[in-house]
Amino acid sequence: MIGKAVGAARAAAPTRAFPRASMIPVLEVCLLVIFAGLPIVLKDFWVVFVTRVLILTLLSLSFDLVWGFAGIMSFGQALFFGAAGYGVALVARDLGIRAIWVVLPLALVIGLLLSFLLACFVLLGRHPPSIIFVALGTLTCSYAGDRLARGWYYLGGQNGIPSIPLMTAGSYELGEGVAYYYLALVTVVGAYLVCRFLVRSQFGLALAGIRIQEARMAFFGYKVQTLKAIVFSVAGAIAGLAGGLYAFHEGFVWPNMLGVVLSTQIVLYALFGGVGTLIGAVIGVVVIEIVSFVLADNYQTVWPILLGVLLLLVILFRPGGLISLVVPERERIGAFGAVSGRRKHVGGEAVDGTA
Amino acid sequence: MALLEARGVTKIFGQLAALGGVDFTVEEKQIHGLIGPNGSGKSTLLKCIAGAELPTGGTIRFSGRDITLAPPAERARVGLSLKFQLTSVMPPLSVYDNVLLALQARTSLPGLVFSRTRGVLHDRVMGLLEEFRLLERAKAPAAILSHGQQQWLEITMAVAREPTLLLLDEPTAGMSLEERRATGELLRPLKRSCAMVIVEHDLDFIREICDVLTVLDQGRVLDSGTVEHIQKSAKVQEVYLTRV
Repeated sequence: MIGKAVGAARAAAPTRAFPRASMIPVLEVCLLVIFAGLPIVLKDFWVVFVTRVLILTLLSLSFDLVWGFAGIMSFGQALFFGAAGYGVALVARDLGIRAIWVVLPLALVIGLLLSFLLACFVLLGRHPPSIIFVALGTLTCSYAGDRLARGWYYLGGQNGIPSIPLMTAGSYELGEGVAYYYLALVTVVGAYLVCRFLVRSQFGLALAGIRIQEARMAFFGYKVQTLKAIVFSVAGAIAGLAGGLYAFHEGFVWPNMLGVVLSTQIVLYALFGGVGTLIGAVIGVVVIEIVSFVLADNYQTVWPILLGVLLLLVILFRPGGLISLVVPERERIGAFGAVSGRRKHVGGEAVDGTA
Repeated sequence: MALLEARGVTKIFGQLAALGGVDFTVEEKQIHGLIGPNGSGKSTLLKCIAGAELPTGGTIRFSGRDITLAPPAERARVGLSLKFQLTSVMPPLSVYDNVLLALQARTSLPGLVFSRTRGVLHDRVMGLLEEFRLLERAKAPAAILSHGQQQWLEITMAVAREPTLLLLDEPTAGMSLEERRATGELLRPLKRSCAMVIVEHDLDFIREICDVLTVLDQGRVLDSGTVEHIQKSAKVQEVYLTRV
């Protein structure tokens, strides 16, 4: 009888962390539908503009993954972006290799290896690093990358590397336009799904624990710094992929791609949209880029001030970012380790085992 | 062989010797109380055992293994578990996810990424929540629990990993009388599966639950023995009558 009562109590008890997410999937589907249909209605110039926005969303996603989910304040995402851009540009210029099957995986690997190398110095020390140490360490590396590229003749110095040949897919050359747009969109959706899978898994729960109470996690037996280095490297790979796409899309690379300004810009994208949701980082890039374009078009001299005020207002009055206007906090905290679609039987009763 | 053996443990903070050569032994499945006036070094000794602080001198052996300088994660993996003095649950996460977080610490990296142990650990999470009277609050964020319930959640998380030695730093701090009684009821059955070291100011609670007591004073062991022995100890009575 006791066993039956226990079974009933367990069955009655909710196993899901919070009510099923509702707004985030709606936003995700809406944005996907809009992006998928945009080239049909946009003129060529706008297709090129939105392609650039899509590539930047990859960068913003990479920052959200490290800061929004793992609590690693990285001011160095541009380093991986720029290094991968330079890497594929050199391979295309000097070796004539520009096949999509080679250059995009190469960009990803450059981002992955460079971020892992940086993680070894910044995150995997004897003692757990402070947020300030990580922020300044990554910022310094981004600055150093920028200065190195500016002073190195082989990399084109201040001018960077111009006239990168077009990326190829078989005999087809991928230049600016609808094809490149869809390539960028497919890459963003793929990277988004990987990030989404990661942060909703039990690994994501461990990251949440690290973000909230890092010191406590070691006492459970987690290798905290190793987990942080892994997520930092995954984010670096995504930033690298973005750099490869960007280099072939723009046709040139230059030192600013590695530097502090872009690194800071990525932080603003994510904070503006809202960190810790992934979709907020995407929204941040889209809104900032569109608003910047419109302001720059209409107020040629004062637009940076107007944009700055807007960013400040959102961060002051909506610390959760734009996403917090429509997504409740509970949903932003997330759910973990979903056992998709399966139902468990506990004590003879069916219990939804999803989180 | 004792489960835990600390020999000549010292801890010096600047000019202050928080521990001045403490010898401390815990046998398997023993509930060992650590008492003493404020500033006697109880929490510091517990932190040195758990790895939150590294001792300045001396050795600490656990299950025959020298863990004196081992990091906390390594100590946790060999069977030590700590409940902090200040509750350190994850306030924004649900009570369920807090317990799952503690339980899944042994899962491999691929297991975490592909959520392979979620299903397996579900029953264990529910069982622990039921055992520690938190089943009804499973989906609530830990932040909205009462102080007493947060302490229970913290103990649940410490117990979840099935440790061989559970270190509890003031498990009843800030609790009502009823909650203290309930906490005693929750802890007592755990003796069947693990040893415990309890740092506590509530002497009634300590008397009821502990097999052995060690009294610290000014970073040194004043006396050690059964509850009856400590109750009759003239040295202990002197310290408690004059300074507590």
